[in-house]
Amino acid sequence: MSPPGALGTITRARKSDGAGKLVSLLSPLVAVLAAFLVGGLVVAAIGESPLRFYSVLFRGAFGSVDGIGLVLFNATPLIFAGLAVAFAFRSGLFNIGGEGQLYIGSFVCAWAALKMPGAPAVLLIPVLILASAAGGALWAAIPGYLKARFGVHEVINTIMMNFIAVALTGYLVVEIFKEPGQMTPQTAVIPVAGELPRLAGFFQSIAVPLPNANPLNASFLIALVAVWLAWFILYRTTLGYEIRAVGHNTSAAEYAGINVRRTLVMAMLLSGAFAGLVATNEIMGFRHRFLDNFSSGIGFMGIAVALLGRNSPLGVLFAALLFGVLNTGALEVDIFTDVPRELILVVQAVTIILVVVGNEIVRRRLAGGAQKRRPSKEGLEAS
Amino acid sequence: MPEKIAVEMRGVTKRYPRVLACDGVDLSVRQGEIHAIIGENGAGKSTLMKILYGMVRPDEGSIKLNGKPLIGHSASDSIKLGLGMVHQHFMLIDPFTVAENVVLGIEPTKAGLFIDGRAARERVERLSTEYGLALDPDERIENLSVGLEQRAEIVKVLYRGADILILDEPTGVLTPQEVTELFVVLRALRESGRTIIFITHKLNEVIELADRVTVMRDGSVTGVVSAAETTPEELATMMVGRDVLLRVERQEATLGEPVLTVSKLSALGRKGTHVLENVDLEIRSGEILGIAGVQGNGQTELVDAITGLHATSSGSVTLSGTDITNLKPRAIRDLGVAHVPEDRLERGIVPDFSVAENLLLGHHHRAGYSHRGLINVAKMEEHARTLIAEHDIRPADPSISAAHLSGGNQQKLIVAREFDGAPTLLIASQPTRGVDIGAIEFVHTSILKKRDAGVAVLLVSAELSEIMTLSDRIAVMYGGRIVAEFEGGTVSEEELGRYMTGAGDSGDEPVRNRPLDDNSPGQAAAGGEA
Repeated sequence: MSPPGALGTITRARKSDGAGKLVSLLSPLVAVLAAFLVGGLVVAAIGESPLRFYSVLFRGAFGSVDGIGLVLFNATPLIFAGLAVAFAFRSGLFNIGGEGQLYIGSFVCAWAALKMPGAPAVLLIPVLILASAAGGALWAAIPGYLKARFGVHEVINTIMMNFIAVALTGYLVVEIFKEPGQMTPQTAVIPVAGELPRLAGFFQSIAVPLPNANPLNASFLIALVAVWLAWFILYRTTLGYEIRAVGHNTSAAEYAGINVRRTLVMAMLLSGAFAGLVATNEIMGFRHRFLDNFSSGIGFMGIAVALLGRNSPLGVLFAALLFGVLNTGALEVDIFTDVPRELILVVQAVTIILVVVGNEIVRRRLAGGAQKRRPSKEGLEAS
Repeated sequence: MPEKIAVEMRGVTKRYPRVLACDGVDLSVRQGEIHAIIGENGAGKSTLMKILYGMVRPDEGSIKLNGKPLIGHSASDSIKLGLGMVHQHFMLIDPFTVAENVVLGIEPTKAGLFIDGRAARERVERLSTEYGLALDPDERIENLSVGLEQRAEIVKVLYRGADILILDEPTGVLTPQEVTELFVVLRALRESGRTIIFITHKLNEVIELADRVTVMRDGSVTGVVSAAETTPEELATMMVGRDVLLRVERQEATLGEPVLTVSKLSALGRKGTHVLENVDLEIRSGEILGIAGVQGNGQTELVDAITGLHATSSGSVTLSGTDITNLKPRAIRDLGVAHVPEDRLERGIVPDFSVAENLLLGHHHRAGYSHRGLINVAKMEEHARTLIAEHDIRPADPSISAAHLSGGNQQKLIVAREFDGAPTLLIASQPTRGVDIGAIEFVHTSILKKRDAGVAVLLVSAELSEIMTLSDRIAVMYGGRIVAEFEGGTVSEEELGRYMTGAGDSGDEPVRNRPLDDNSPGQAAAGGEA
């Protein structure tokens, strides 16, 4: 007997093909709008003006060059974290260990920088980028190997690896690598040669008045390269082909002679590398040191970013930008309205939920509408 | 005589985004008849039945059940109105007993709280004896053969009071003997006045069992004929829209050197039991060895063991003198073994991959397609275009995802890919399962072409007619062993059927080449056991 799910796969695929690319482009947009509408109701329910809430939010995000710079800065780590989840997802693995991987990547980055005090920037910057990626990759490879070798579910192991990473880096930074003479659990500042340049100077040189204080730095450009790289690996390399084959149909991959275990480990390794690259923004671009507990959930937000971006590299970019807008605008709302800080977080989270749910509903609606609009006979040959 | 019409569908139309599944279909089923609906995959038979059963809403058209119009009914309404459906994939709960499955959802209860197990068992027994459906109500579904599971489904439908039964491809999973038994049951049900709608694509069954036949093609009805007044050829022409070769031409085999030698091969299953036991096989270049057997008797494991997908416990597999026992699948493929897998959706394709990507599967690492870790996309697409043209895969678009192809075209895709690259051994497992007549003709011709070109072919099929048409030699598997082996053309379908069900299994050496005019093997084996 063929599996009963087989037919389901076909129907599902057929549906999603309905109006094709247009649907997948339109649905997140419509969903975001719907989310703002319902989010407004939440704001109204707590007795504030939705109009003012959103105007302040968007003014914060888009009202100035500084705001836009902040949006990009806030989006940068989410791009890396989102890519990490999306990439693993393509191999069928749910890597929710981005948080732990980015802690290890960041710690390794800071540690390596402090170990190379005299190195010139041309050497130190590439080394630190590789160190960040390697730290994350190593941390992800462990659950990847356990999954491939023993079939242990990656979710439980990545969660545990998160705890270990946060606690381990916390221990290291408090007990061994703490900046001498300071109470704060953080390392010393990394050498200037290891810092990524801020982009303010560049933008000012092309007459865009990005203030010097704006934290947007070259890590954003690395993130853009990472988006391209994730796409390139998945769709242009033999490894990417094998990763996607394993993710979509493991037994077909096995049948085709693909080494499923090796492929899974490689996918986790690369996924972890993307998570580790968060360090390029957090350590090399912004803090210039490792601070205990600095992330507050970037790795977990990466899951939402990846899902909203439908696990495609380009989708991750746009989803991360949306989160960047919300995060940036929320700061402004906090400063300029009486909406309590906690409620801003609530509205923010509600908006995200609505975007995700709405995206799904709109996609189905649009696909359903496409059914009615295209009663053509052209598919007959295909079936 | 005045005939009462049980089911009357008029002008039923159903559109899907890319397909017009039913286009103004009329169906009229008389009360108390066995009415067959035949057509290729995608002809609209299943959609039509789902509309009748209330699982799918039609865009246009009307339905009358026993003269009463049905509007916007659901599947649960249908059950109340006496419509029952036996699905192709059984809807049974494996760890439950037959009786528990039958009464599921409308259990007889004690004080409205507890299931009255005895009442359930009695009702099941009454129903099954009434129609000759021998079935133990206390047996768990997981212990039943497929044929018995199907009986449980039929009893389940009867228990719900169905007097119109829809059977969706009921014989696809059965042995010849089970098919005969099913037909006895169906005739008994017809005697009792019930109406039976029988969906199939096997033409001989239609002629044998049905009273009348509705033929569908591309969503429309192309003919309604009386089964007594038609022939398989005529039905095939109505189904496909052109004359079809129901049996392919084959020439004498030109045998070469042995290509595949399987010797004393054993393998263990998940539960640690032997799924293969001392299997010996030899296939020469230019020869087709057909393996007949009821599914689940070790054929899958045999193929997987040869292709490196299932570990063996003892014995050896040799390919043209090279020991390939337990090599990695890729190494075995690279030695020239092509494999059309039995389940095309599970193994044969990656549905979310494009046609071009699917055509590369298993070849993707080879020089030309892969260079320094990069896929040569231009080469991949060129390769796809060539194979699509050569094998007439439709739609001819390398970038469309394989999930959007019909079953027949998916199978053509797999055949195109596996036959490409000059294999020395071709393993074809259920190569025509669920594909329509046109594609069957194509697959059969392709297999014979490869054989004539000197490829050794291992053909595994549950379709006896396929085994008989194509094979130069036929081996029968039962319980993980080869229980009989015949020269092609020296054995009847019935005889094979007996070995397939273990009747001829003496537990000793396989029976080889019993000529047709000898005593029946059933008796011979019984003698062997005594």
